[in-house]
Amino acid sequence: MDVDAAEAVFRYFPAVDQLVLFKVPSRNTFKIEIDMNKILLLLAHPAFGRSVANAALYSAVEGMEGVTCRDLYDLSPDFFINVKKEQELLLAHDIIIQQYPLYWYSTPSLLKEWTDLVFEHGWAYGSDGNALQGKYFMQAITTGSEAESYTLGGHSSMPLVSYLAPQRATARLCGMRWLPPFVAAGVHYESRAVLASEGQRYRRMLEALQQCSRLEELAEKYRITDGPVPEANALDRDLLQGELNG
Amino acid sequence: MEHFLLQIFVFFVAAAIAVPVAKKIGIGSVLGYLAAGVVIGPFGLSLIGNVESVMHFTEFGVVMMLFLIGLEMKPAILWQMRNSILGLGGGQVLVTTLLIMFVSVWFLPGRQALALGLILSLSSTAIVLQLLKERGRYDTSVGRSIFSVILFHDLAVVPIMALLPLLATGGTHEIVQHSGLVDISHFSGGVRFLLTLMAITAVFLLGRFVTRPLFRAIAMTGMRELFAAASLALVVGSSLLMMVVGLPAPLGTFLAGVVLAESEYRHELESNIEPFKALLLGIFFISIGASLNFELLWEQWWVVCLLVAGIVVFKFVILYLIAVLFRLPARERGYFSIVPAQGGTFAFVLLPFAVQSGVLPPLVSELVLTAVVITMFFAPLMVTAWEKFVERRIESKEGTGHVSPQGQRVIIAGFGRLGTDLGRLLISVGIKPVILDHDPVGVEALRNFGFEVFYGDVTRLDLLEAAGAAEASMLIVTISNAEKAKELVELAQKHYPHLEIAIAVDDWRVVYEMKDLGVSLIRRETRDSALDLGMDCLKLLGMHSYEAFRLLRMFKHQDLKASDDLYGVWREKGEETFISSFRDHNDNLAALLQRAQTRNMEEVGKGWASDKIIRATGGQPDDPPEIRR
Repeated sequence: MDVDAAEAVFRYFPAVDQLVLFKVPSRNTFKIEIDMNKILLLLAHPAFGRSVANAALYSAVEGMEGVTCRDLYDLSPDFFINVKKEQELLLAHDIIIQQYPLYWYSTPSLLKEWTDLVFEHGWAYGSDGNALQGKYFMQAITTGSEAESYTLGGHSSMPLVSYLAPQRATARLCGMRWLPPFVAAGVHYESRAVLASEGQRYRRMLEALQQCSRLEELAEKYRITDGPVPEANALDRDLLQGELNG
Repeated sequence: MEHFLLQIFVFFVAAAIAVPVAKKIGIGSVLGYLAAGVVIGPFGLSLIGNVESVMHFTEFGVVMMLFLIGLEMKPAILWQMRNSILGLGGGQVLVTTLLIMFVSVWFLPGRQALALGLILSLSSTAIVLQLLKERGRYDTSVGRSIFSVILFHDLAVVPIMALLPLLATGGTHEIVQHSGLVDISHFSGGVRFLLTLMAITAVFLLGRFVTRPLFRAIAMTGMRELFAAASLALVVGSSLLMMVVGLPAPLGTFLAGVVLAESEYRHELESNIEPFKALLLGIFFISIGASLNFELLWEQWWVVCLLVAGIVVFKFVILYLIAVLFRLPARERGYFSIVPAQGGTFAFVLLPFAVQSGVLPPLVSELVLTAVVITMFFAPLMVTAWEKFVERRIESKEGTGHVSPQGQRVIIAGFGRLGTDLGRLLISVGIKPVILDHDPVGVEALRNFGFEVFYGDVTRLDLLEAAGAAEASMLIVTISNAEKAKELVELAQKHYPHLEIAIAVDDWRVVYEMKDLGVSLIRRETRDSALDLGMDCLKLLGMHSYEAFRLLRMFKHQDLKASDDLYGVWREKGEETFISSFRDHNDNLAALLQRAQTRNMEEVGKGWASDKIIRATGGQPDDPPEIRR
């Protein structure tokens, strides 16, 4: 059974995996696990203990198999970053997701520090820095303002993805394939129930990412060009509505 | 007795006047001593007699100096320097000897020419080291290169002394044994060699295995004068031992010094010997000045002039070539060549020795000796001139570099629990602190852990001096005894006003006392570790790490700020008001931290929303949607 076929079976007949374990030789089930895209989720929230939106997202995906979750403000409260360890983790994963609330149209400060230190010259970029080559990079962002404010002429005057240009360019410089962000907008005004459903959407997207075998093709669509910037949550639509599903 | 005291008085007064004057003019103490010697000598005011015996006695200053040099030379460093000692020093001696020999062979028989070459190839350890130390160059790379040369000279004296009698052209082979105690000259060569070997081994064993337990026992008694006596006995004893077997005394004490270089009593020894050395060396220089024979100079001035020029120019040129050959940095070559460009103090020993051995005629010896003294006069002048006119130009071209903490000298006084961690940090950063402690047992224990700790009473000025306080940039006081700490701080401020002082104290009262003294960095010993522990406990109680960290940071910051205010209260209004202010301060701190927990963190927790910010700055947003929580 080839991998794509196995994926299809799992997707449409979730209960089948019990049977498959019995019927398919164990070598094949093992193979499916190996081919799953491994996700590194880096959370940066300076007051995570009081967070509502980010907590809803994070708790929805924490503990998922194949997803390594790291709360950076918990691991480096004094802004000391173990560069070696972070780099090892990056190497061991295929998709890197940075999850954070948008502060001043940018990342919380620790995430910037993390990038400054971990993406070393000669490792992440530079003539022989190719450790991150071919990996996928994605942001999962919560914004206080509602989605409509991120339009031309809105309060924030530009589409949200325009503000992500630094991270997008960083990913490109390091040879990573940038994917459009997952965005939970207007989290100030949403009820916990809404946030919980955003969490489920987040989880579904991560699952789809894990299993998608054509990410490369997908990422090609979002290379930096002189065309319009991609929409927020574009990936969500691509993945979950089956446009490119395997 | 009266005569002796008078002599001593003349020497001391001459030194006390001449040296400060010389320093004021900027030509250094060596020249001051030499000039004082000329003034009080037989050709000046003729205030002293029997210069030669004074010179012989005070030569012991050179011996002590080599002991002190040995103390600063660890065997490992010596081993590291072996290439530059043999290369720079050996090359210089060899080439200079040959060149002087070839030139003087025009005037003298070949053997005399060789003897002269050997004697003049050596430079003056005393003058060179004094110059380097005074000008703060001792610990620089050029200083080390010069030291290599000088050290080779000290070592070369031994074979030269052995060689000189062999150069005698007939006449009496009157080998002078200085030792009156034991005469080993009647033994056969093999036995003598064996005895020499045994003497060196004895010095080594003594330094290695006997002195440490002995000094420890003395340290336990707490009587300082015993230490001074033992230190002197060590130096005198090892030089006696060397003289018995016919080796130069400086070599023996140098060896003893090297053996003791890694001992915890190094600084204590240094501070005990240093004053004697300085005194003897000063008088030694005075006697050199006094022995300048002006009569001869007047009669044969052109010969002496040629000799002086020859010594200085040859040495400078050869040293410069050696410096080029060994690829010393271009800007160091000049200084490297000018500093040792003079005749050596060993000439005062070797020339009479050569005359007695029948190698050189007295007239030649006398002329050369006069020339050597004059080159010694010139040495400090030349170095000063070089620094003033040549080096300034070079340096202004290069500009000053960035000052890095590495290579700066830091002294830690007291090495208890606090000092240990502090020392570890500094060592990891690349600063090797000089660590002093007064507890002999603790010192030994810490040395077993690999810390280089030195024994001594830190409130003693001479120990601070020996630890290098003059060149140090910082003194860190971590002794728990508040009275002693205060005494030390006052002492350091008085004598080394350039020192940055940092202090750890255990009580807020002492904090304020230190503030009164104007100490720049004061830390309460337990405060930060207590707060760090508190932060970790908060985390364990379930607080998010970063929130705990922020609260701790806020607490520390506010506490430090308030402590300044409280200091004012304590100064002006006395203890009672202080206590009530202290309480207020604590209440304020509690209120602030609680507010921070509910307000500030919540703001961050809600995240940052652009429309809210625009509202706050007076933009014109739509009506805000209702906040549902």
